[in-house]
Amino acid sequence: MEKQLMKGNEAIAEAAIAAGCRLFFGYPITPQNQIPEYMSKRMPKLGGCFLQAESEVAAINMVYGAAGAGARVMTSSSSPGISLKQEGISYIAGAELPAVIVNIVRGGPGLGGIQPAQSDYFQSTKGGGHGDYRLIVLAPASVQEAADLTYSAFDLADKYRIPVLILGDGMIGQMMEPVSLPTPKEPTSANKPWATNGAKGRERTIVNSLYIDPVELEQVNLRLQSRYDTIQKNEVLCEEYLMDDAEIMLAAYGTTARIVKKAISELRKKGIKAGLMRPITLWPFPAEQMSKYADKVKAVLTVEMSLGQMVEDVRLAINGKVPVEFYGRTGGMVPTWKEIAAKVENMCGGAK
Amino acid sequence: MAIVFEKSKVLTDVNTHYCPGCTHGIIHRLIAESIEELNLQERTIGVAPVGCAVFAYNYFNCDMQQASHGRAPAVATGIKRALPDSIVFTYQGDGDLASIGTAEIVHAAARGEKITVIFVNNAIYGMTGGQMAPTTLPGQVTTTSPYGRDVAHCGYPVKISEMLSTLDGANYIERVSVNNVKNVNAAKKAIKKAFQYQADGKGFSLIEVLSTCPTNWGVSPVEAIEWLEQNMLPYYPLGVYKDKEGEKV
Amino acid sequence: MAKVTFLQDTCKGCSLCVSACPKQIINLSKEINTKGYNYAEVLEMEKCTGCASCAKMCPDCVITVER
Repeated sequence: MEKQLMKGNEAIAEAAIAAGCRLFFGYPITPQNQIPEYMSKRMPKLGGCFLQAESEVAAINMVYGAAGAGARVMTSSSSPGISLKQEGISYIAGAELPAVIVNIVRGGPGLGGIQPAQSDYFQSTKGGGHGDYRLIVLAPASVQEAADLTYSAFDLADKYRIPVLILGDGMIGQMMEPVSLPTPKEPTSANKPWATNGAKGRERTIVNSLYIDPVELEQVNLRLQSRYDTIQKNEVLCEEYLMDDAEIMLAAYGTTARIVKKAISELRKKGIKAGLMRPITLWPFPAEQMSKYADKVKAVLTVEMSLGQMVEDVRLAINGKVPVEFYGRTGGMVPTWKEIAAKVENMCGGAK
Repeated sequence: MAIVFEKSKVLTDVNTHYCPGCTHGIIHRLIAESIEELNLQERTIGVAPVGCAVFAYNYFNCDMQQASHGRAPAVATGIKRALPDSIVFTYQGDGDLASIGTAEIVHAAARGEKITVIFVNNAIYGMTGGQMAPTTLPGQVTTTSPYGRDVAHCGYPVKISEMLSTLDGANYIERVSVNNVKNVNAAKKAIKKAFQYQADGKGFSLIEVLSTCPTNWGVSPVEAIEWLEQNMLPYYPLGVYKDKEGEKV
Repeated sequence: MAKVTFLQDTCKGCSLCVSACPKQIINLSKEINTKGYNYAEVLEMEKCTGCASCAKMCPDCVITVER
């Protein structure tokens, strides 16, 4: 498809439409307002439904209802709004419903700021909501990737009956880059025999996450866990950049990874063999992919726009084999390639 | 002899867990009969609340979704917007609708969502063991108002039917009661009308049903009926608070 | 002529039917059902008018009415 210049938020919205999503429920919050605004213009023209809900809480529950009825449906928000959605997300996970949720992360905690951050990694991958559940978490590093991952999110959600979170940040949401949009497909609610769409000629269906008998609830959880194990085996996505001869591994995701790539190219000019492991799925985390380099590199530096969240998963993957250090900026501050390169040089005891 | 009254097929065979004399059972039956008589069973999707009626998905013989506390109107909105030809109802108690869910019910009504809401008002929180509700009457003793609801401290009960009737988006709002056969008959009429309106593509309908909670009021089922008549009927007057379609000439 | 049938083991002995019956022919049995409740019953069926008041007040659909 022809490339067009699009804002990240709008590319995400258009990609959702291309994936057959015809229902969007959301609420305004900076820096993702272009998503509901874009949807409010596009959905009515497609015979779809855009509804501005009364809150992020209401929006996630509208998603639950529509997803339970068998539709492809999406909501979007930013950090504080995603906090509001957590109960609903837990319910969606517990009721085994497919849904796509977009978080365009801003500085936190609390009302925080409106500048980009990566401080929702824990919230996204380690729960956020209550209970033993997982979300597939996809972290784009470009507007193109944001579109591609949003498009595939709906297929993943339907395939595994799991909510999928697109974890962007204010930069991805706001910047404009050339995008080649995915091929549009028509919405279909075929193949969802579990959906509540009117019990005509079939047994009635129930969408529910309450299992008051602990024997039953344990079985439900074990069943979900086995599904998560399958996802872990099959759906990991990770970019390996200049890792073949790397002596220093950098780990970063999203827009931070792009800044890290610039730092790497400058470091290489100075003879420092740095490489990047860029998780694209934050859950399932590419632990196996990372750990295979643990024997080959001398050290690891994790770079995040936070005070260190993904670094814990990196440490688990490296498993103590080599030192794992951290560099981060937070509160909406964006690290420069110079700061990152300086940190690496420092770790190496100066340029070689 | 012919059968003149039997259990509706829109109720499952499952015996309910409700306390003896709890009027949830009557209200479930009126909803089921309305759905059956209007021939809507195959198109209906009900939304169960958090409250004593959390297991309503076991009792109504149609597709059901169980919603998080207070959010049933939002869940119903999602279903109805996804499936505009379906019949969607929510069944909510006073905690679900009048406490945590006030935003959701106000906005579903304001938007004129084409759903039917059955609001069960028994002036107390049943499932969690008898705490004060937004609908608890002044002076009423509950486990979190052990000295009686003190309006100076925690204000006055919320009158949902009156409140929601101020919204232009609301189509039909009526308060009914199930304290005796005459009122049960009137309640059924109102509930059936609310479902008929949805079947006709008209907007938001809410039926508030004054109900008893013998267990948490600490009285027998028959005494609970009397308590409702003496205390709730004067505070929450029965009647039609809004009927947009009915007002049309 | 009219008749009411009670599902004995579904009855929770709440007595709403007892108060509702205009002929006052319903009472709770001294026996208990499988749930341990004193179940409602009619001993003078010939007085039943089939008004269905009992059935309409019953929260548990215990009663079927024939006329």
